[in-house]
Amino acid sequence: MPYTPELKELIKKVEKTRPARVEKKRKGEEFPPMSLEERKAILKYHPDFKEDGRSEILVGPDKGYRIAKEMVSLIHAKSRLDPEAVDLTRVDYETDILVIGGGGAGASAALLARENGAKALIATKLRLGDANTMMAEGGIQAATKADKDSPYFHYLDAMGGGHFKNDPELVETLVVEAPKVMAWLEKQGAMFSKYDDGRLKAMHGGGTSRKRMHYAGDITGAEIMRTLRDEVKNHPDDIQVLEFSPAVELILNAHGACAGAVLYNLETEEYFLVKAKAVVMATGGSGRLHIQDFMTTNHYGATGDGLIMGYRAGVPLRFLHTVQYHPTGAVFPEQAEGLLITEKVRGAGANVLNIDGEQFVYEREPRDVEASAFIRECLERGKGVPTPTGKFGVWLDSPMIDVLKGEGTVRKEFPGKWILFHRYGIDITKEPMLVYPTLHYQNGGLQINQRTETVVPGLFVAGEASGGIHGENRLMGNSLLDVVVFGRIAGCRAAEYTKSAFKDGALSLDHVRAYHQALDNAGVPVDGRVAPMLLPDYSNPEVRKKQLTTKYHGTLR
Amino acid sequence: MSKTASKPKKAVAKAKDAEASLVPIFVMGKRYEVPASLTIQKALEYAGYQLVRGCGCRGGICGACGTVYRFPGSYRIEVGLACQTVVQPEMYIAQLPFFPGNKAVYDIETLPAVGGTIAALYPEVFKCVGCGTCTRSCPMDIDVMGYISKAIQGDLTAVAQSSFDCVMCGLCAARCPAEEVQYNIGILARRLYARHLAPKAKHLAEAVKNVEGKKFDKALQELKKKDLEALKKIYKSLEIEPDMADESWTPTDKSFLGE
Repeated sequence: MPYTPELKELIKKVEKTRPARVEKKRKGEEFPPMSLEERKAILKYHPDFKEDGRSEILVGPDKGYRIAKEMVSLIHAKSRLDPEAVDLTRVDYETDILVIGGGGAGASAALLARENGAKALIATKLRLGDANTMMAEGGIQAATKADKDSPYFHYLDAMGGGHFKNDPELVETLVVEAPKVMAWLEKQGAMFSKYDDGRLKAMHGGGTSRKRMHYAGDITGAEIMRTLRDEVKNHPDDIQVLEFSPAVELILNAHGACAGAVLYNLETEEYFLVKAKAVVMATGGSGRLHIQDFMTTNHYGATGDGLIMGYRAGVPLRFLHTVQYHPTGAVFPEQAEGLLITEKVRGAGANVLNIDGEQFVYEREPRDVEASAFIRECLERGKGVPTPTGKFGVWLDSPMIDVLKGEGTVRKEFPGKWILFHRYGIDITKEPMLVYPTLHYQNGGLQINQRTETVVPGLFVAGEASGGIHGENRLMGNSLLDVVVFGRIAGCRAAEYTKSAFKDGALSLDHVRAYHQALDNAGVPVDGRVAPMLLPDYSNPEVRKKQLTTKYHGTLR
Repeated sequence: MSKTASKPKKAVAKAKDAEASLVPIFVMGKRYEVPASLTIQKALEYAGYQLVRGCGCRGGICGACGTVYRFPGSYRIEVGLACQTVVQPEMYIAQLPFFPGNKAVYDIETLPAVGGTIAALYPEVFKCVGCGTCTRSCPMDIDVMGYISKAIQGDLTAVAQSSFDCVMCGLCAARCPAEEVQYNIGILARRLYARHLAPKAKHLAEAVKNVEGKKFDKALQELKKKDLEALKKIYKSLEIEPDMADESWTPTDKSFLGE
């Protein structure tokens, strides 16, 4: 879908203001960034602050905590399993470390577990590598240039971005491990963008004081993920991979330690047991819950499964009251709705503009601030650009990047986005993109310490499923970093645990029974809901109405 | 019906438009009518499929949804990613949810970064007949045959660079008469290139040395101890590297740097 004549007419206003904006940018004159007070004030437009979007958790360690309704609805659901129906003496797989999730954190954990002498089994819902890691475009932060940067500055930026609420120990680990992670990835053969002398190219992201966001074209996450996936597949003797086999429940043992999980074969619909000495939960985020009906940039499988399993096992939640809306999701064409337009486009200098082609916000505010400014511009000030499907957006002026940094820059730095829009008849080197905030990242998650340990012995959590590293708002480039940093730590610590602290004992699903009892006691209206969700339901309701069979008849429903 | 009747006029008109623009498609040979604006992926869901295989990022990068299609009266097999390709009337559609491609197992650290390595691990590379089907089958518009001929010549750098946009959907391999698994040759070359041939980031070694030497631990311990107001004050006074600054920029205040 190329731009409609109406939108093409509006683009002329963007073109009209462009020469003067380019001139200002060249002189280093930016639209004034907001003060901390102004940032705070604009956040009232952020979806997190919509009180009727939340409800209260009525059971478990965080009873009384108010988070997104969509999450609470899953927390207030029963297991997919009847604990009585599971024969815990019949173990189907036995391994040292069970890694739940096959994204960046899971793959890193399995590789490090192996390096530390443990066998690993990765159980993943879809294919190995089908994860939000694959979709992260912009880059990975690390203070690698000693002449202008250090973990000290990276720490401050991450804390500022998270409104100083982040867990300081976790942030310290993140920034100190960052250069090591970059070196590890380089050693794995991840193809980062470099200058001829080998210096890693780096850009700004929203809220960075130094250019420390390293990248591989505009497919940084894909490059990291496919490299790690390839490496996992190079160790078939030590790392077993079970695809299309999501975990649905953790198994504890007689000592209260985590000792495996029940997996579900999405194709044969059978459940099977994995017994492990330790478990790494790396299930990622939850964008597919479509909180407040927002569109999402997330992977098909991002349904927050790990939160549910971990919470039932007794792990507290942190920072789940905040969700990150990426400021720039595509709103045109309709086929690309919700798709991530990397922050790197703004990092490269593209302005953000309203319907009049005027700037209304500095383009590199932290994500929550930037997204709030877009929402205010569209919904309150009425300066949004209307789309043919009745939505609103603001312009992201990609053509000015070529004007600023030379013809061909956009195609070279954003090849993925260029081809995507090109398919729909839009040339982003000549025409701006139309964008609006889109559900992007689960800022919070299961509580961990800097060794990725949880309150449950033998249960480690890494990546987006964990909470605390990013406080109330994550900076760009810190999630690719987070998954590899804490994935590696989890693999390492879990391997250590299997050798030192692990004690064998009878397997148990008593925690699930107790959780069900707590739901009943609290009078939670469960209404037959089960969780984890596993996959979102995008089926056609008209078709659903005609699906009349509810029980198995032979092998067919 | 009564529900529709009670909708505002505008919505009714819109719903009619949508009905008017239904197009027939054939999913694995079976006919369905779907809105013309949908991608193949959303059209499958509209038709009633619950996708399990053949659906991943829904954003054109993970390679889970390679799809082949054909139009009546044409012999030509066309390809696309289901999440990126808009339906067209009369399309015959089949997805490629999995392809059993051959992957070599290797140690990237000790594998020689020479052209002959590709031939050693994937000797079938020489079976390429130069038909160009792979290039025509690539939803990412990569010149696949071009990089396979570079692989035959042993030019790792060229293979690495020209295969970079590959999403490993497997469509090239599925259609290759020589049974090559092009995408695995591509990633082998990229890893070898990036690990052994690309110039090393020397500054990275220095940064690693600094953190391993616990150079910033003291400064970080002090930051962690600061109260909120003090922390905010430091944060606000940070010197920001200008957007347009080039690689040689350094801050005026050199404290807390790695040097």
